Amino acid sequence: MIQLPDFSSLNLITMSPMFVILLGALTILCIDLVKPNLDKTLYVVLTMLTLFIALGVTLSLNINERGLFDTILIDGVSVLGQTLIIAGSMLFIPLALTKRRFHDFSYPEFFSLFLFMVFGFQFMAASDNLILIFVGLETGSLALYTLIAMHNTKLAHEAAIKYFTMGAMAAGFFTMGAAIIYATTGSVEMYAIAKVLQDRMGEAGILIPIIGGALFMIVAIGFKVSLIPFHMWTPDTYEGASAPMAGYMSIVPKVAMMVVAIRLFGIYMELNIDIIKITIIVLAIITTTLANMMALVQKDVKRMLAYSSISHAGFVLVAIALDTTKGYSSIFLYYGLFMFTNLGAFTMLWISRHKYNVHHDRFHHPYSKFAGMIKIAPISAVIMAVFMLSLAGVPPFSLFWGKLYVLSAIVDSGYYGVAIIMALNSAIAVYYYLKLIVYMFLKEPDESRKNVVYANRAFSLELVIGIAAFVTITSIFYIEPLMSFITDLVGASGY
Amino acid sequence: MSNILTVLIFFPLIAAILGLFVSQKSIRVYGITVAAAEFLLSLWLWMSFDTNEAGMQFVEKLKLIPEFGISYYLGVDGISLFIVIMATLMTLIGIIALSVKENLKNMIITLLFLEVAMVGVFVSLDVILFYVFWEFSLVPMLYIIGAWGGDKRLYASIKFFIYTFAGSLVMLVGILYVAYAYYSTTGVWSFSLTDWYGLILPFSVQKYLFWAFFLGFAIKVPMVPFHTWLPYAHGQAPTVGSVILAAVLLKMGSYGFVRFSLPLFPDASVAYITPVVIIAIIMIIYTAMVAYAQKDMKQVIAYSSISHMGIIVLGTFAMNVEGIAGSVFQMLSHGIVSGALFLLVGAIYDRRHTKLLSEFGGIAKVMPNYATIFVIMTMASVGLPLTIGFIGEYLSLLGFFKVSPLLTVIAGTSIILGAVYMLSVVKKTFFGPLTNPENEKLKDLSTKELTALIPLVAIVVWLGIYPKPVLGPINNSTKALVQLMHKKSITPKAQEIILVSKDKGVNK
Repeated sequence: MIQLPDFSSLNLITMSPMFVILLGALTILCIDLVKPNLDKTLYVVLTMLTLFIALGVTLSLNINERGLFDTILIDGVSVLGQTLIIAGSMLFIPLALTKRRFHDFSYPEFFSLFLFMVFGFQFMAASDNLILIFVGLETGSLALYTLIAMHNTKLAHEAAIKYFTMGAMAAGFFTMGAAIIYATTGSVEMYAIAKVLQDRMGEAGILIPIIGGALFMIVAIGFKVSLIPFHMWTPDTYEGASAPMAGYMSIVPKVAMMVVAIRLFGIYMELNIDIIKITIIVLAIITTTLANMMALVQKDVKRMLAYSSISHAGFVLVAIALDTTKGYSSIFLYYGLFMFTNLGAFTMLWISRHKYNVHHDRFHHPYSKFAGMIKIAPISAVIMAVFMLSLAGVPPFSLFWGKLYVLSAIVDSGYYGVAIIMALNSAIAVYYYLKLIVYMFLKEPDESRKNVVYANRAFSLELVIGIAAFVTITSIFYIEPLMSFITDLVGASGY
Repeated sequence: MSNILTVLIFFPLIAAILGLFVSQKSIRVYGITVAAAEFLLSLWLWMSFDTNEAGMQFVEKLKLIPEFGISYYLGVDGISLFIVIMATLMTLIGIIALSVKENLKNMIITLLFLEVAMVGVFVSLDVILFYVFWEFSLVPMLYIIGAWGGDKRLYASIKFFIYTFAGSLVMLVGILYVAYAYYSTTGVWSFSLTDWYGLILPFSVQKYLFWAFFLGFAIKVPMVPFHTWLPYAHGQAPTVGSVILAAVLLKMGSYGFVRFSLPLFPDASVAYITPVVIIAIIMIIYTAMVAYAQKDMKQVIAYSSISHMGIIVLGTFAMNVEGIAGSVFQMLSHGIVSGALFLLVGAIYDRRHTKLLSEFGGIAKVMPNYATIFVIMTMASVGLPLTIGFIGEYLSLLGFFKVSPLLTVIAGTSIILGAVYMLSVVKKTFFGPLTNPENEKLKDLSTKELTALIPLVAIVVWLGIYPKPVLGPINNSTKALVQLMHKKSITPKAQEIILVSKDKGVNK
């Protein structure tokens, strides 16, 4: 007998943020259809407005509701994830209004693709259905590959293809993992999976499919949040993409994937399977340490920032294996703070971007480009230094508090050795952040290149940098309300 | 004025920001005015300080992150009061004696930022607040060494930064552990030091925490084998950088031992007296010998700094009132004396652009005032009675004599070794024939340099003859500290060692 679906369980309101974004994307496409050759400022503002409405709608959602036949789950984690995704996108979009013309931003399709990507990532954060997550993942990722390629340089094409290939492989792993989980539990809904796994834990030999499924999922998630050894695409992709896009990639897709990881590994943590816990911690340690080592030897600031964001991802990943409210909350706090600082740093690269490589045969942003910046552009140098110190975790700048909470969560759970390794990693990392500060403050500028610093200057870029710097410097005043907001939402989701 | 400590911290900060609007021409006067005002404020703090009261005074508490127990919590007692005054004094003197010409404005603003961090470290009673100031102090110093230093300044400044940063991150993990231990015992989060003083940790936990904190402090002090950053930092830093580094920044480490390690982990501190003291003795004797072998005047004083810091660590780990009070006093005396010596070396470097001992000889004839002040400071550094150097060194050694006479005798050779290397510097520089013709036309100290140095000479003599106004409050607060440690200690060995010395301390 076929049961007719109950339309009250459609509960479309839970999908309202996604609908807003979708509507915005379609509007941009329609406008372009009716009246082509409009200026990009229109699209930037429209995108911004769409995101603004979506942010408001997201924050007004009722917590712990389900929709779309129980496949959409709006809990605290999904609200937080969507908020971070939308806020990160709002910081990114003004960066399209540069002084110099770049290929990508001149197409209206860029902006509608961008909104489709946000739509996909929102789905990942808002669903606990493996199939829906996969759809969201692919929607977001395919749009993102295209966005990278639209930068239209040789390196950008390489970056997009590399990311596409690796992303396809990750998607493959994800489906395999989902298939194994489905084979074991007969469901793709995570709450059902958790229940079945709890019941079947006593059975002999059950651990093999459970761990097998988890490993496939770890690999898939590892590709997307760029854990070592699944990180190979990251530096090249970041280098090929435009600077703001690279900054964006270091945050928003990772937040979306982190939410999935929290939901998925939350199940395994409940089952108390040590090997999965240990695998995650070991991966996190390897990621942080090796990424730091590789960042040390980079000659290009953008590549350095790419490796640095890998190491930050590793640092945060440990918190997933802790299975405490504080651990999960600290992930969101960390990414929230990291978003402003890291995007600010990438924007500083963007503001100094030339159309062609004027400093180095291969790199757009070699360290030497920033030599003596304190004498040429003192305020920019100070702001960049603040971003670097914040990334290094020097108090009182914002990421120090993120580090403090993550380390504290690790210590609370009793992993002292891990905490010390992570702490010492920050000491390794400080070297490459200081290297840029040393170039900016302590080296003599190259007289012939005095005009380089603000090559791509525009008001909207300065505004984004200003906001990022303000958030980075004044962190002490808002950490308390921010953390209790996050903790409340995470706690409400039962993590 | 109950919020004088907040004023002390934020006055230089605001002054530094406003300093951006002062023109390059008048920035020097601005810097001196601000530093003098800050120094007078710190003197006012001393005047209104109740010298009979052993506990924390001028306490201010404001919740910053209540859920996580972080607060803006300040206070001073006899131990920190004089270090704060020394920090403001040495900043003032450093700015008066400033001889850098390029980017003077950046230098003065950086020094004011550094002053914020230095005052903040010594008056913070919240551990996270302390950590914030502690880490932040690295940034201005990195810039001072890196921008105005010698040829290898980049290497020196980065080495300084990374060494200290690594140590303090391990300490941060320790801090978070103590906070968690406090949370599991009481059910609330707190990072305030006075709350932590009430926390009694089992020995098995204390021993790890002791070493975590030890690493952070030992690198700052710096103790052998983590001392290698210091000679580089001193060798490359401009004069004012060396003065502040030696006078105040190193004291953060030794202050940390007194304020954190001993009262938080009394049992572990007692249990590890022997290894710590052996490291201290190695650093006293080894670096004294290295100092003797140096060809560069500034390096001699840099290594002598490490050697004297060894005495401070020794006194601290005597675990009794004499030893700890002596080591706190020695922190002040070492700050004044090494600061003055670095100023003197800086003065001769400005004239000749070399610090090599072989370049000098017989310059007492052409620079009599310079030679006089240098000799007075040498005597204080060696620890001659009636100078400031004697009291701290004597008390530290006396305190440790009660713990182990043998080790004290070995450590006591430092006085002889100190005399050897310092007097050999004096001999090579000031006496003998004036052979190098370039030295013949050296000018004696200028008014600017005399203004900076004469107050230090006065302090050296005054506190050498009559230390009571300073030693009194130090003694009071140290007694309270030792009593607290005794009350907190759980192992019999710790109770015995801390108690015995306490009785004798009371008799004194």
